[in-house]
Amino acid sequence: MKRRDFIQKTAAGSALVLGGLSLSSFNDPVKKITILHTNDVHSHIDPFPADDPRNANMGGVARRATLIESIRQENENVLLLDAGDIFQGTPYFNYYGGELEFKLMSMLKYDLATLGNHDFDNGIDGFYAQLPHAKFDFVSANYDFKNTMLDGIVKPYKVFVKNGIRIGVFGLGIELAGLVDKRLYKETVYNDPIEVTKDITKTLKQDEKCDLVICLSHIGFLYKNDPDKVCDITLAQKTRNIDLIIGGHTHTFLKKTYIEKNLDGEEVLINQVGCYGLNLGQVDFYFENGSKTFNGRSITV
Amino acid sequence: MPLPKKYNTTLNRFVLFLTFLLILSCSTNKLYNNRIEGKNISITTEYKDNTEIENFITPYRNHINKDLDSVLAYCPETLDKSQGKWQTSIGNLMADVTFETADKLLLIRENKHLDICLLNHGGIRSIIPKGNVTTRNAYEIMPFENSLIVAALKGEQVKEIAQYMIDGKKPHPLSGMQIVIDSNNTIKSITVQGKPINDSQVYYVATSDYLFNGGDNMDFFKKAIAQYDMDYKLRNLLIDYFKEVDTLPVITSQRIVNE
Repeated sequence: MKRRDFIQKTAAGSALVLGGLSLSSFNDPVKKITILHTNDVHSHIDPFPADDPRNANMGGVARRATLIESIRQENENVLLLDAGDIFQGTPYFNYYGGELEFKLMSMLKYDLATLGNHDFDNGIDGFYAQLPHAKFDFVSANYDFKNTMLDGIVKPYKVFVKNGIRIGVFGLGIELAGLVDKRLYKETVYNDPIEVTKDITKTLKQDEKCDLVICLSHIGFLYKNDPDKVCDITLAQKTRNIDLIIGGHTHTFLKKTYIEKNLDGEEVLINQVGCYGLNLGQVDFYFENGSKTFNGRSITV
Repeated sequence: MPLPKKYNTTLNRFVLFLTFLLILSCSTNKLYNNRIEGKNISITTEYKDNTEIENFITPYRNHINKDLDSVLAYCPETLDKSQGKWQTSIGNLMADVTFETADKLLLIRENKHLDICLLNHGGIRSIIPKGNVTTRNAYEIMPFENSLIVAALKGEQVKEIAQYMIDGKKPHPLSGMQIVIDSNNTIKSITVQGKPINDSQVYYVATSDYLFNGGDNMDFFKKAIAQYDMDYKLRNLLIDYFKEVDTLPVITSQRIVNE
C-alpha cells in the first residue's frame, strides 16, 4: 500500500516537475536578431541637395549613422550588412578611390559586405589597396579569386554567433563578363550562383549548424526583359535553407520585403533598399525555445 | 496487500517514461525562428547628423568642393535619361558632343572623319538638373574613368549596331546614324550621315573603351578592323564642352524613328 502511494506520488511529482519545467522553458525570453542592410550606396556620402529633383534631402552617411545608433541602443544583437556596389557614383570615389567609403562603414560598425560589379571599377588592385581601411570582411561564394590577389582574403561565407544564435552569411556576385572590363577583374572566375548556393547552404546548415542563413546577393532582384537571367527570385525558388536574401545591383526599391517559396515550400524573404543610401533595411528574427509552430513562421512586412 | 507485480511494473515504466520525457524536454531546448518582421526605413532629415561622422567627412568634402563647384554653363531644362523610348535629351547631348570632339581629334590625328558615335544608356548615371552646370554634374553623369576610342567597322557591323539597338530596346546615345523601324520593330532603313550603308565601306565609330572591350555585349566592336585610342576621358570631354558653351542645347531630334 505504501509502496503504491509512493509510486503514485512520484509519478504525480514527476508530472508536476515536467509541467513546471516546460512551462518555465516556454517562458524564456525571446531572442531577437536584428539585420540591418544597405546596397548600391555608390559612394553617396552626403545627402542629396535640397534642389535635387528626385531625392531632395534624402540619404547621407551621418544621418544613417544616427539611425543605426538608435536601433543599436534598443537592440543588442545587430548585424549590419551591405550587398555591394559600395564604390562609384560621386567624386568621393574618383578623388579618394574608396578610402572614405570604407572608413565610414568601419565607423558605422558594418559587419560584412559582398562585392558588386562597381567595386572592381579601380581594378581588383584598386579594391585590394583600400582593404586596410575596412574593419569588416567581404564574402563571395561564387567568385573564385584563386588566381587573384584576393585569394584567401575574400571568403565564401562568415558565421556570426549572437546571443547563442548562429548566423551564416554568404555572398553572391553577378556575372562580370560584358559588365566589367576584363582588365579590371582579371582572373576572377564567376560560378553559377544557384549551384554554388546549393553547396554552401548545405555547409551552413549541416556543418556550421546555423540557425539563420542569409545571402548577401549582388545578382539583381528580377530581370523582366531577360527572364532566363539568374536573379534573387529564381535563386530563392531553386534552392533551400536560405532565410533571407539581401539583394542589390538592380537598384530595386521594394515597398516591403518580398516573400518567395523555396524548393521545400518554405518562405524566403528577399529585401533590397534601392540605392544611394536613401534607405536602411531592417529585418528582425525572433527565436523561441520549444517547438516549431504548426502554422509556419509569422512574417510581418 | 502486496501490489500485483504486473501493475507495479506498469507504474514503474510510467515513471521512467515521464522522467525520460523530462530529460528529453531539457535536452531539446531547441530554438525556433517563429516570427519575422521586416521594414525599410527612409533616411530623411528626421535623423540628425552624427557629429563624429560629419566632422570626419568635412575635410574630404571641402577639398573636393573647391574643385567641383565652379559654374561652367547653364542648363535651361532638366535633361533626364528616363524620358524617352528610343532617345533622350541627355543621351542626344552626350552623343552629339562626343561625336563633334571625336571628329575633330580624328581629323587632326588620322586625317579621317567620324561617321557615328555610340555610347550606352547605362553609362549615364545622373540627370543634368535645370540651372547652373558645374564640374560636379559631369562627375555625377559620368563617374566612370572611361576613355574615348574610335573603332573602324565594316558596313556589315554598322547594321549589327542597328539591330542591337532595336533588340535591346534601350535609348543608347547615338549620333550620325538614323534607324527607321515599323510598328513591329522591324528595321526599314538605316542611314549613316544621311546615306544608306555600304557593306564593304569602313565606318569610324566613336565609343568608350568600356563598350569597345565587351561592355554591354556590344559584340560588333570585336570585329573592328582598326582602333584609335583618343587618350581622352569621356568625363573630361564633357567638362571641356561645358567650359566652351554658355547654355546647353535641348536636343530632341530622333535617331530611331518609329514609322
